[in-house]
Amino acid sequence: MTKNTTGGGKTPALYPVKTKVQITIIFFIVLGFYLFSMVWTQREMVGGLGDALGNMLVVIEKFFPPNLEVIPKVWGEMAQTIQMAIIATTAAAILTVPLAILSAQNVTTFKPLYYLTRTLLNILRTIPDLVLAVIFVGLFGIGVLPGILALFIFSLGILAKLISETIESVDMNPLEAMRASGGNVYQVIFFGLVPQVLPQFTSFVLYVFEINIRASVVLGLVGAGGIGLVLDQQLGFYNYQNAMAIIILIFVVVIVIEYISNKLREALI
Amino acid sequence: MENYSLPPKQEKSIWKRSKRIIIALFVIALYVWTFVGIDIDWGRALERVISNFDRVIPKLFSPDWTAVGEVGVKIAETVLIAFAGSFMAAILAIPLGFLAAQNMTGSKILATIGKWILSAVRAFPDIILAILFVVAVGPNAFAGVLAIAIGSTGMLGKLYSEVIEAIDMKVVEAMEANGANKIQILFYGVLPQIIPEFLSYAIYRFEIDIRASSILGIVGAGGIGTMIIFAANNRNWNEMGLILLAIIIVVTIIDFISARIRRKIV
Repeated sequence: MTKNTTGGGKTPALYPVKTKVQITIIFFIVLGFYLFSMVWTQREMVGGLGDALGNMLVVIEKFFPPNLEVIPKVWGEMAQTIQMAIIATTAAAILTVPLAILSAQNVTTFKPLYYLTRTLLNILRTIPDLVLAVIFVGLFGIGVLPGILALFIFSLGILAKLISETIESVDMNPLEAMRASGGNVYQVIFFGLVPQVLPQFTSFVLYVFEINIRASVVLGLVGAGGIGLVLDQQLGFYNYQNAMAIIILIFVVVIVIEYISNKLREALI
Repeated sequence: MENYSLPPKQEKSIWKRSKRIIIALFVIALYVWTFVGIDIDWGRALERVISNFDRVIPKLFSPDWTAVGEVGVKIAETVLIAFAGSFMAAILAIPLGFLAAQNMTGSKILATIGKWILSAVRAFPDIILAILFVVAVGPNAFAGVLAIAIGSTGMLGKLYSEVIEAIDMKVVEAMEANGANKIQILFYGVLPQIIPEFLSYAIYRFEIDIRASSILGIVGAGGIGTMIIFAANNRNWNEMGLILLAIIIVVTIIDFISARIRRKIV
């Protein structure tokens, strides 16, 4: 400090030296790990990065111009995809209520039950939706049902967590006041709890619906129904222009649904 | 006698009421369309599940420990793909984030263009990007890295731009008034305010990318997904059990570490 105040012309350092050294070390570790992962992931590549990037342009040209004539032919599959997402979201929204209540700390005062549901939900959330779909296809065979089930299980994990957190953050004072002035259990739930949770609940359900739409378009890749199946076939036949048209259709549908869902959310809250 | 009735309800405007009715009708129509349109062959599904149940479920819970080495290598590759992809996205998203932040570009048009680019990128599911990159650079892990990088840029750019829009502009104004140039403002006024949150979001996205990269192999983009698809095609459910276990463990560990780091940063 004295050095700076005696007019050395040097401004004091913004951060202490120790922090600087720490941050530098962490930075180099992260950078090193990044370089290592780049080398590792490119080790199987024939011809290295340069070739691949050159090749990329050649291949991307094959996707253009997209053959838009296939779009009317795949409407049925696209509709099926959206229907899968709707059914899965609805089922998850209904079943999440008891689960969310069980995993909310302020409602479920019986600790072991709370920890059990929490742990189960945490494990459920770590499994990606497509992996669930692969397993369900193994169980039920190719079709729409395994896709719906995979989406359902996956969104149940997310929804139950989000909603249990909402329930935990509920203001308990109005509920107590109602109980004190003689409201019965149902009255307390319907006039105290539900109005506090409902807007968040709808908003989360719509959010999960958006996630499900995005997930359902690719479920077909593993045989779980929807537009992904057609996409997979077209890619398998090297019909890149048809595939591009389907990708564009998916893109447009996802954007439109997200827009509608956003508007609905704004209108409801 | 005192009146104990409830206070009168607020008069709702016609517009608000009709909006609700329109939304309700829309939702009902959607459900009718859905349940009429979908056809599930319950009989066949039931038949299949009865015959398959014993062949699949018990095996998932008795993992094939002989494959532990191979699964270990592949799950490590998954983590590397996610890391390289998130790192690239964390860098790529910075210019896009600044472009989409209105208080930095100063013009509404540029910010809107930036926001449009970002939401366009976000609309592509990761797997679709992976398909495109597998065709472009071949079926290897690097295709996965590119898919993750592009896929994450959309979300990170949006979050970054929100962080930038929320900074305290008084600091920037004060520096401007004191005669600081653009570079100085960026380094001493803007960056200190945004770096912790940028880092926190990048780490959060890494969590998501671990999940995403574990399925990219299904379309040939490297990582554990390659083994998932092989195990499913060969009906090797014991191996699938081990793969599931590996994914659950790795995702849980990374979530835990990342949550700790994020709590420390912000």
